[in-house]
Amino acid sequence: MDVSFILIILLFGAGATYFVGDKWASKAALIFSFAAFAATAYLTYLFSTGHKVNSMHLWIHNPMVLFALQADGLSLAMTLLTTALTPIIVFTSFGNLFPKTRSFYALILFMAFAMVGTFLAVDGLLYYIFWELSLIPIYFIALIWGSGDAKERKKAVIKFFIYTFAGSLFMLVAFIYLYQKRHSFLNVHLYTAILTKNEQIWIFFAFFLAYAIKIPLIPFHTWQANVYQKAPAAGTMLLSGIMLKMALYSIIRWQLPIAPYAAAQYKYLLIGLSIAGVIYGSVLALKQNNIKKLLAYSSLAHVGLIAAGTYTLTLDGLRGAVLQMVAHGFGVVGLFFAAEIIERRFGTQEISEMGGIRLQSPKFTSMFLILVLASVALPGTFNFVGEFELLYSLAQANIWLAVIGGTTIILGAFYMLRMFQYVMLGEANTKVFKDVTFNEGLALVLILAVLLFLGIYPKPLIDFITPELEKTLVFINRFN
Amino acid sequence: MDILIAIAGLGIICLVAEIFNLRKAIVPVTVAGLLGVLAFVGAKIFSKNPDILGLGFDKEPYINMIINDKFALSFSALFILLTAFLVALSPEFHKNHKAKLSDFVAIKLFLLTGAIAMISFSNLSMFFLGIEILSISLYILAASNPKDVKSNEAGMKYFLMGAFASGIILFGIALIYGATGSFNMLTINAMDREALPSWYNIGAVMLTIGLMFKIAAVPFHFWAPDVYEGSPALSTATMSTLAKVAAMASFFKLITTLNPHLPGFLTTINIIAVLSMTIGNLMALKQTNVKRMLGFSGISHAGYMLLAFQFRDLTFAQGNLFYYAFAYTLAGIAAFAVVLYVSSSKGNEEVYSFNGLGKTKPLMAAVLTCALLSMAGIPIFSGFFGKMFLFNQVLDKGRMILVVFAVINSIIAVGYYFKLILAMYSKESIENKEDNNTVPFVYSAVAVIAILINIGIGLCPELILQLMR
Repeated sequence: MDVSFILIILLFGAGATYFVGDKWASKAALIFSFAAFAATAYLTYLFSTGHKVNSMHLWIHNPMVLFALQADGLSLAMTLLTTALTPIIVFTSFGNLFPKTRSFYALILFMAFAMVGTFLAVDGLLYYIFWELSLIPIYFIALIWGSGDAKERKKAVIKFFIYTFAGSLFMLVAFIYLYQKRHSFLNVHLYTAILTKNEQIWIFFAFFLAYAIKIPLIPFHTWQANVYQKAPAAGTMLLSGIMLKMALYSIIRWQLPIAPYAAAQYKYLLIGLSIAGVIYGSVLALKQNNIKKLLAYSSLAHVGLIAAGTYTLTLDGLRGAVLQMVAHGFGVVGLFFAAEIIERRFGTQEISEMGGIRLQSPKFTSMFLILVLASVALPGTFNFVGEFELLYSLAQANIWLAVIGGTTIILGAFYMLRMFQYVMLGEANTKVFKDVTFNEGLALVLILAVLLFLGIYPKPLIDFITPELEKTLVFINRFN
Repeated sequence: MDILIAIAGLGIICLVAEIFNLRKAIVPVTVAGLLGVLAFVGAKIFSKNPDILGLGFDKEPYINMIINDKFALSFSALFILLTAFLVALSPEFHKNHKAKLSDFVAIKLFLLTGAIAMISFSNLSMFFLGIEILSISLYILAASNPKDVKSNEAGMKYFLMGAFASGIILFGIALIYGATGSFNMLTINAMDREALPSWYNIGAVMLTIGLMFKIAAVPFHFWAPDVYEGSPALSTATMSTLAKVAAMASFFKLITTLNPHLPGFLTTINIIAVLSMTIGNLMALKQTNVKRMLGFSGISHAGYMLLAFQFRDLTFAQGNLFYYAFAYTLAGIAAFAVVLYVSSSKGNEEVYSFNGLGKTKPLMAAVLTCALLSMAGIPIFSGFFGKMFLFNQVLDKGRMILVVFAVINSIIAVGYYFKLILAMYSKESIENKEDNNTVPFVYSAVAVIAILINIGIGLCPELILQLMR
């Protein structure tokens, strides 16, 4: 049994979900996504006890492309994040009645398949294929099941697609260019390709374009808020919870080790851009009256900090980035789900039309409060661990960067708590807020359990990812 | 030679069957016959001794005319497969002209003989015969709807322009004969380039111009959109898949064998490639008629295929070109099968006719989406690998700038391919009432099989690439 098993489960699940029909689709999707999670957990166990779970086959002879999937601390952590979030995302959609249910759930599983592939692939071209493949399902999910005016939605979605597609094509050119040097797409071969400084800079920025659009970093962020708002809740969760982590992960796996000279050369520029995103996102979040847009901008701020951490090229930065990716993944899925729960009851995304939920549903309010506090990185939640390491790594680069980056916590506390106040507190709303159903509560409790458990005891995860990051760091620092 | 005889024989059987009132058997017999020939060609590719039947067709004197190397056989196999699809689509498409069915099928078979002759020629006279058989069949197919003014216009336009191109090609062949004293490609290829008189190169350039016209590469593309739009949809499908790659492949073979030592020749081809991609894509962006849009997109694909002239290793380049042609034509067949259905049920091929197809006919919409994604070069569809192999080959030659142009064009292309996808999935059908007409079985069968082959060779590109090695 090797890691390709996870991919097989998800792909087969996508097909099966489509063919069992509308009535059973959601259940089938839940079963298969959970099976994928169980398989990942088992493979992680096998991996940590020293078994080989890699999968390597020759796919195309000339140009040589390998079907190479590699399990290591980094890729397995991200795979676990994906396969753990997918059943939750499927589960959160149970309350919605979609037309063409089976296609919807099949696309979610297919998307999980592509994302897991992206995290596991170590052959550049295979990685690129999975990377592009993940675009198709999210495009249709946002287009067909999204909310709001159809015309504007179409515009937002096509802009998103063309933006990301354009960015990744330049990454493809970079990969093919690198292939000419080593006649292989395998990551370890590409790491050791001999490149001039100029070549490194070009390749670095070709990768950067792909990742900066997907993360998104300023000034490539303009697609984000609209798509997050217009996509259905599950689509937004997939996008913000997992998909943008593909880009952050790829920085560590591909961009930095392949072009370390350029990374060191432009270190401060990249950190600066990322931090600018932090400030920009936070300030815009302050002004939002639409809860999904507010969460989208707050997400922009958080991922900006993660990107800044990776570009510091320190162990703390990389580790903090991975930890925060997991924390942000769970946290943002929880928050978007909470927003969805409110929207199901109030039928609005406008914050000004909410309020008074605490009086009607104290249970939901306290869970929401924990999510909000996790989002502002309160000690005791997992987000604190990641954010702390990220800020620490920024301080190693330059203390002022840490100071500016730290404003994300202050501003975050400001807009998140203010949002909490308007949404939950205040006079009882005239609209009735039915208490959370068992299903909704279960999904939220699962997310909170992960955030709180890892917040108190993050050691297993840290120990799991550190060796691989140290290995990568050797490649990143090979010119210093 | 044996392949040509078999296919021409099938064409004659078609015509005879009509006389004996066996109209119902025509299409099944033809498709079965084509698949039989396909298996024969496959056996020829894989067996050590290609002369399976022992008829001596692969020896002298026949190889002075027809040479069955792997390049020719692989492309012949592709053409036969495409023709099988096109013939299968015929009866449904011509259901109102049942009496003419045998003519349409026979013409397609003769067209196929032309295509095979022009890909497996070893003699310039055979090449000219092939291209003329192909072209004349196409003129007839373009004008095959005599009651439609547009179809007449298309046929006339294509004929006039095509006759010019044929004339130029013939002039080119004459010049080459004058310079070398031979029509035989092997003899010509072995000659010392420096010793040849300068009109040898002029002849090569004239052949290039004539074939650029057949491929519809910019700036010889002006006929294409009008002819594509005016011709009956099935003829358009034939032109933009079979005829285009036949011309492209024989052009590649011709130039790599003639091998003119002309400064700036490759640069010119590269400029034509970039122009074809860019202008084809930019014009396609503006189209509202799907046939026309696919016509312009075909121009841009011709531009991509012209990139194959940048190579270090000839067999490698041939494999890449073949793969691209395979991917493009199968996506084209799948797309056209859907267009045929829409055009027969809605009466036109405007983009708005595709509105709401995702709801009313999900299978057809899914196939068309896959075909368009393949043409746009989204992975796992084979169109992506076609592009990627070509990019790899061009970068191997160090032509970064060409790849950058090609990439920018891929981004532009997404714009119009997705216009159609958006129409299918996000717009409501203009007719409020649910239209109950079912999709004819052959349309959906051809569409599904073509797209499955397309995805299949995307999953295992080796299947196709190894044919050339």
